[in-house]
Amino acid sequence: MKKKRNLSNKSQLGMIAYRFSKNKLAMFGLAVITVMIIMCVTAPLYIDYESVYKQSMADRFITPCAEHLLGTDQFGRDLFARIIYGGRISLLAGLVVVVIALALGVTLGGIAGYFGGRVDNIIMRICDIFMAVPRMLLSMAVVAALGQGTFKMLIALSIAAFPGYARTVRASIMTLRNQEYVEAAKCCGTGPARIIFKHVVPNGLGPVIVSATLGLGGTILAIASLGFLGIGVASPTPEWGTILSENRTNIRYYPYLGLVPGMFIAISVMCLNFIGDGLRDALDPRTKN
Amino acid sequence: MAKYILKRILMLIPVVFGITLFIYVIMSLAPGDPATLILGADATWEEILAKRQELGLNDPVLVRYVKYMAGVLRGDFGTSWYNGYNVMSEFLSRIPNTLTLGLLSNLIVIIVGIPLGIIAAVKQNGVIDYSTLVLAMLFSSMPAFWFGLMAQIYFCLTLGWLPATGAESMKHFILPALTLASGSLAGQVRLTRTSMLEVNKLDYVRTARSKGCSESRIILKHVLRNGLLPVITSIGGHIATIVGGAIVTESVFAIPGVASLMINAVKIRDVPVVMGIIVVISVFVGVINLLVDLTYALVDPRVKLNG
Repeated sequence: MKKKRNLSNKSQLGMIAYRFSKNKLAMFGLAVITVMIIMCVTAPLYIDYESVYKQSMADRFITPCAEHLLGTDQFGRDLFARIIYGGRISLLAGLVVVVIALALGVTLGGIAGYFGGRVDNIIMRICDIFMAVPRMLLSMAVVAALGQGTFKMLIALSIAAFPGYARTVRASIMTLRNQEYVEAAKCCGTGPARIIFKHVVPNGLGPVIVSATLGLGGTILAIASLGFLGIGVASPTPEWGTILSENRTNIRYYPYLGLVPGMFIAISVMCLNFIGDGLRDALDPRTKN
Repeated sequence: MAKYILKRILMLIPVVFGITLFIYVIMSLAPGDPATLILGADATWEEILAKRQELGLNDPVLVRYVKYMAGVLRGDFGTSWYNGYNVMSEFLSRIPNTLTLGLLSNLIVIIVGIPLGIIAAVKQNGVIDYSTLVLAMLFSSMPAFWFGLMAQIYFCLTLGWLPATGAESMKHFILPALTLASGSLAGQVRLTRTSMLEVNKLDYVRTARSKGCSESRIILKHVLRNGLLPVITSIGGHIATIVGGAIVTESVFAIPGVASLMINAVKIRDVPVVMGIIVVISVFVGVINLLVDLTYALVDPRVKLNG
């Protein structure tokens, strides 16, 4: 309570931002992810796109040096270039999956939670069916049915991910629908649109944002796993999991070929998890500052 | 109780029907004719037509689906489109390896994870508490296959302690099981710790303390019993993670289990094989979760299972 008085001049959003900024791990994660995203987005400015694919047998297996920051692989391709351009694919693909799954999940979960009754029952039973199958298996089965390809894999992963979001959205809308402040707003004569967008959505968004951030890390891992198994992004397109799978046989003799891509996956997923945890704490008003 | 069990088992039926129908529908929507894919580019039109007839692809989707499900209900999961083997018998010949791997890794998670979690809770802010926190963050972010690859190179190829690939003896399963357990282990420690600490704050524990109970008695007799309840539920949650992780782990260590069957089938779009695996695994996971819930109700008398 004491803190609240100190911060009374701040808006709700300001309070959340304040609490988030006090979380060191979350801020660290945010900083690393931001640097990584900037590096990936601006990649064409400092890496020649050619060097991602250009093979040169004379330059095979060069260990990290000034010219090749992270060395080269079995075809003499620069690993740094492949990792950075791979990051564009890994991070973007993860984001696309989460956005598609969120769009589906929020729509279905929102409808189920708002209308309740039979509609709710039908939608949630469908979600139950998808949730009963382990996610990895479900996405693999969809890839098998649709055929391989990056875009099809993204669809497959979105299908496997959306029921979780639908459930989260539905749960938060269900609890909010009967909250006293919603009833109070109703008593004041507030229209349903204003209630939904001013009262229900901003309060219900928290858990969804948190599960989306944490889901992004998991999705990047899933994309890398599929790439590693050879049913995700196909080589020679660089994607972190695909890069690992390309270099698999040579990691024994050139450990950097395995260490580097794996570390990029682990660090980005860990930072996303930090951000997700930080957001969860920041969005929860009961968390002490 | 019996009513509840029956209801839960009946609930698996829509799962089986829903998933198979879903896969059938998207398969029929997807471009590319399976018969053409199987026979390759230089097959003649007659050959393709004959193959389509053989696979029953000329029937409408729904007719094919009903035929397939009729088979499934009789325990017949059809044959592979490519190699003609029986899906169920191939699955059964491979499942022991996958089960061994899954069971071993689950055992590691339970036997190592729970005691460590208890210690972390008792010695809050101690060495074990902090190191498991860091490890939990590390392992939940690390791709399991990467950890497996690195461990394989170090322990098998550099040190030569363990065999790198295959599934001939129990020795072959040590590293794969550890790899598979790595993702859930640290999480299990954290969960046990949190749940123990939560119970530790409750009134009846304070009563026990004020009565002058010894600390070890409080932990073992009072806190542990209730603190382990959420841990039981978490074991059910591991199953899905372990199924997903087993796929990549089996691939890294070249274990001839269900996962390698699945991966190959996905690569060549061998739909009957993929369908068979997904149906059996989903039912299996559903039954395991039911067993977990029943155990929970058995240990915690407050939980009522309503049919």
